[in-house]
Amino acid sequence: MNRENISVERWSRLSVGSVAASVAVLLLLAAGPAWFDANVIDQLTTLFIYVILAITWNALAGYGGLVSIGQQAFFGLGAYGAVRLADAGVSVYFALVLSAFMVGLVALPISAFMLRLKTGEFAIGMWVVAALTHLLVNLDTLVRGETGTSLIALNAYAAETRHALTYWTALGAMTAMLGILFALLRSPLGAAIQAIRDDDAAAASVGVRVMRTKRIIFVLAAVGIALAGALWLATTITFQPKTYFSVQWTAYMIFMVLVGGLGTFEGPILGAVIFFAIEAWFGQTGVWYLVGLGAAALLFALFLPKGIWGWVDARFGIRPLPVGRTLRIPVTAIDARIQATAQGTQQMKPVSARDPAL
Amino acid sequence: MIWLNQIVQGVLLGGYYALIACGLSFMYSVMGIINIAHGSFAVLAAFALFVLADRFGVSPFVGLLLVLPAMAAIGWALQRLILQRSARAGVLVPILSTFGLSIVIDNLLFEQFGADTRSLAPYIGSFSYDSWSLTDDIDVGYLSALVFAAAVLVLGSLHLFLSRTPLGRAIRATAEDPDTVGLVGINARLVNATATAIAMATVGLAGAALAMRATFDPYAGAPHLIFAFEAAVIGGAGSLWGTLLGGIVLGVAQNIGAQINPQGFFIAGHGVFLAVLFARLYLADRGSLILSTLRRRA
Repeated sequence: MNRENISVERWSRLSVGSVAASVAVLLLLAAGPAWFDANVIDQLTTLFIYVILAITWNALAGYGGLVSIGQQAFFGLGAYGAVRLADAGVSVYFALVLSAFMVGLVALPISAFMLRLKTGEFAIGMWVVAALTHLLVNLDTLVRGETGTSLIALNAYAAETRHALTYWTALGAMTAMLGILFALLRSPLGAAIQAIRDDDAAAASVGVRVMRTKRIIFVLAAVGIALAGALWLATTITFQPKTYFSVQWTAYMIFMVLVGGLGTFEGPILGAVIFFAIEAWFGQTGVWYLVGLGAAALLFALFLPKGIWGWVDARFGIRPLPVGRTLRIPVTAIDARIQATAQGTQQMKPVSARDPAL
Repeated sequence: MIWLNQIVQGVLLGGYYALIACGLSFMYSVMGIINIAHGSFAVLAAFALFVLADRFGVSPFVGLLLVLPAMAAIGWALQRLILQRSARAGVLVPILSTFGLSIVIDNLLFEQFGADTRSLAPYIGSFSYDSWSLTDDIDVGYLSALVFAAAVLVLGSLHLFLSRTPLGRAIRATAEDPDTVGLVGINARLVNATATAIAMATVGLAGAALAMRATFDPYAGAPHLIFAFEAAVIGGAGSLWGTLLGGIVLGVAQNIGAQINPQGFFIAGHGVFLAVLFARLYLADRGSLILSTLRRRA
């Protein structure tokens, strides 16, 4: 076989086109407040927050193999940090972003020993961290226990300005997280993360620095989710610890990622859109809506663990936003025996073989 | 004296934690699965006893004769329908599927019973508050003592069952190597289903203890899962008796915390869990706490 003709494809015509299209959509969305009314702006802000939640939980679980049931710790801390910073006089929108980075700093020591736990222990261990964080935040007199407090500083803005500013902050945050994760997962670090997920001992044996790599993805996910929490605070203004530190946020993330596609880049974005639509239609049904979310997560985990996008990818091989590598082997270079056996017409299209690990 | 009383009550509370933790660590040691719906199943059993007592006037103690076999049957079905399939799909899927299941159970219970907190205490008469007075400050409740005794009995029986009976040996062998046991004629699926059924029966008993000792509501599953997990991890070292020790450490820490600060009950519990975890991770570098220790027991 002529090795010269085999190539590793990182971009396809489709993916270049879809990345360009995504950039165009994001630019159009940036002009949103000029076109949409306040209600649409609010709805889209919510959607952006869901996308951030979904892609960061997927980065952690789908690529890093770290299933956490305690991500609400960072969601709540992000909002709490924003309340604290705004109370200390930091400009409120800057406080939202700064809070997320400070949560990243808090996540570092947490990662130091939570990441030494395995699978299920890590999952519930994080839940304990979330419960403890919730209790400690409740002790802060500014929060006044479960009564909570508000981000009063936002009142300085007129309603319309506030909605637009929150919208842009959310759009910017989502774009940044998408960009960072796309670049990160395409980098050698992305391959390292997935190698650890599949077998950490084997990854270590080929020189991957397991702990450092896991820590990067853990802290990045914490920052993303803290950003989402701070943004949620900007949309609802009130901060009640019970709401922010609720395990429901993790349930939402798991639903979005499992339905969209665990461990695919496009899937969680799709999952966030699906979740957004389901919530709009069924959110009022309350309990049955939650039963449905849980049942969907259960069924997807059992029967379609790679989600809708995983199925699309396996069935059609469509990858608009590829983070892996696709091996292209031209048919002409394939062993002549195959053609002799096939005796068929020579196909002009290249076949692709995919390495599932990449 | 008030501190001594808190410690005594903490030890008794630890009996309940050991009771609810033993099913969790048992399943983890046999199948390597942490059942996130563990607490929800305990609450489900509590509601089943509540319905029997409230609608049909069945004493909760008699109700257990119905509920425990039902829980065992649910355990069997859980293993065959959900866990078996999940475990095949990798280590992450069981966490996701049992988490989804817990959301379904919690919200179905909420749909059926609403947000009211309930207790089985009214259905067991004065047994819920009768006690022996050891000193002026220290009372030991009949019920607390019974739950503690039940925990010791369950842990002891499980220990004997695993070490002395053929089925117990089959379960331990399956835990070691589920693929190889097939070669010596053990049906790993059957063994796992049996183990899950046993674990679920203990969850049913823990649910009864929970419901008689305290109050519960449809969303009480999550905190009780966390308590069970903490007790199992704290107690990790040694044998099944470690679970009892873990429960006692957790219960005592919580009661002492509560004495210091109204919020202290939960904070001290989580704090002692993290402290033990921290110590163990840095003093002895073990990969998987519960698993490595439970595999070595019996």
